[in-house]
Amino acid sequence: MIIQALAFYMFAGIAIAAGIMVISARNPVHSVLFLILTFFNAAGLFVLLGAEFLAMILVVVYVGAVAVLFLFVVMMLDINFAELREGFLQYLPIGALVGLILLVELAMVFGGWHFAPEAAKSGAMPIPSPDMVTNTHALGRVLYTNYVYLFQAAGVVLLVAMIGAIVLTHRSRPGVRKQDISRQVSRRAEETVEMRKVEPGSGI
Amino acid sequence: MVELWNNYLWPLIWIVILIVVIVVPLLVAVAYLTYAERKVIGAMHLRKGPNVVGPFGLLQPFADGLKLFLKETVIPTGANRGVFIAAPMVTFFLALVAWAVIPFGEGMVLANINVGIMYLFAISSLGVYGILMAGWASNSRYAFLGALRSAAQMVSYEVAMGFIIITVLLCVGSLNLTDIVMAQKTVWFVIPLLPMAVLFFISTLAETNRHPFDLPEAEAELVAGYNVEYSAMTFAMFFLGEYANMILMAGMTVILFFGGWLPPIDIAPFNWIPDPVWFALKISAVLFVFIWVRAAFPRYRYDQLMRLGWKVFLPISLAAVVVVAGVLVAFDLTPVVK
Repeated sequence: MIIQALAFYMFAGIAIAAGIMVISARNPVHSVLFLILTFFNAAGLFVLLGAEFLAMILVVVYVGAVAVLFLFVVMMLDINFAELREGFLQYLPIGALVGLILLVELAMVFGGWHFAPEAAKSGAMPIPSPDMVTNTHALGRVLYTNYVYLFQAAGVVLLVAMIGAIVLTHRSRPGVRKQDISRQVSRRAEETVEMRKVEPGSGI
Repeated sequence: MVELWNNYLWPLIWIVILIVVIVVPLLVAVAYLTYAERKVIGAMHLRKGPNVVGPFGLLQPFADGLKLFLKETVIPTGANRGVFIAAPMVTFFLALVAWAVIPFGEGMVLANINVGIMYLFAISSLGVYGILMAGWASNSRYAFLGALRSAAQMVSYEVAMGFIIITVLLCVGSLNLTDIVMAQKTVWFVIPLLPMAVLFFISTLAETNRHPFDLPEAEAELVAGYNVEYSAMTFAMFFLGEYANMILMAGMTVILFFGGWLPPIDIAPFNWIPDPVWFALKISAVLFVFIWVRAAFPRYRYDQLMRLGWKVFLPISLAAVVVVAGVLVAFDLTPVVK
């Protein structure tokens, strides 16, 4: 148990410290790198909870894909660092307000669970013990049975978002010579190459 | 005191011993992979390859290592120091931690976790950070272009790789690497899933930035890509990480499609050979193909590389998931879940 407690405080401590660095780092690229560190430690906390599948999905999806694109964009931006710091105090009240709302909401949820433990159970599927079924199987069983419509709906939402992004950014430019692989492959030698017998000294 | 020793200290020491037992042979393998690459490509070019240092040039990797160790680490003035130094460390570290879940034989694994394949996939998807950080922190156009190419390439091919892994998992019914290997006792997955094995191998080439997909370090246009500003040990760490990743990807191919440590036929002369030897032999065979591809194929053009990833591999692997799942359900072959 001591090891687990130590691991918890390590992951939690680094996650919070990295989270603070995300908003206080001067360089936006450093901010994104600290954000990645935060995600990584959150994954560690999931492992400690016994939710190893969620932990790995967090790393694959958020750290391995989403944060890469974040970093990609931030690195390409031409940012004036001094200008970036100017609006800090101006946005502080709004940021603090959002943080406060989140804090109150979390307090209400966990406070509710504390005072009425059965309320927490009513909304959730019963959790099987880890030695009966692995995490992945357990998730698959509820995700593709009880929640299959919600799961599909989430997929459709993402698909619509993807198509929307493509439609908004796609423009067909005239006069661009694009490689058309199927046309290249379907070309026959007879259509494109002509054999001529050339008389010496006369040219074609 | 005895309790402290039994419960905490001894397991800790034991794990450290196991880690050393895995990492030291791995680093030697990395060193000799560079030697094998030069020798094999030399033979394919009708050259001799390294043959001066030691008998048959066998000490060449150590000479190279010593040279890199003794050189000066240069940090460019315009570079972002912290990130610049962290980048090779990240690459090297990630290339090593992935080996924690690789089973070298039945029960011969450091951490036999339930989501082994997901862990491998997650760690290999993190590999892009080392390159991206190096490219940005170097504050050089060439390095940055190499890093951007690499990031786009690795993210693209990861999607196809994920789907290919799913087709294998559908046949296994578990994410545990030992279970995946044991599911291939009757037949290796390369036979029923041959197209997927080929696609997976090509994706691993792109994922490790190897020929013919080595655009991040295309020396003709980008000098050396993301590692152009690196020297001495920082460069060596990139190099070691890259080759350790190659071995890891070959290991993943072997575990997913070539039956891991299992002998090809389970009869007398074959099953005398210990498990790790079979595993190493199979990895070496896959690595030989890695090197062979490098000697045989020209480099892809960048837009063709992206086209191959998104317009060819992704639809095929997505269709394969549907087809494999359909076949398994139709013929009632779905693996029994514990």
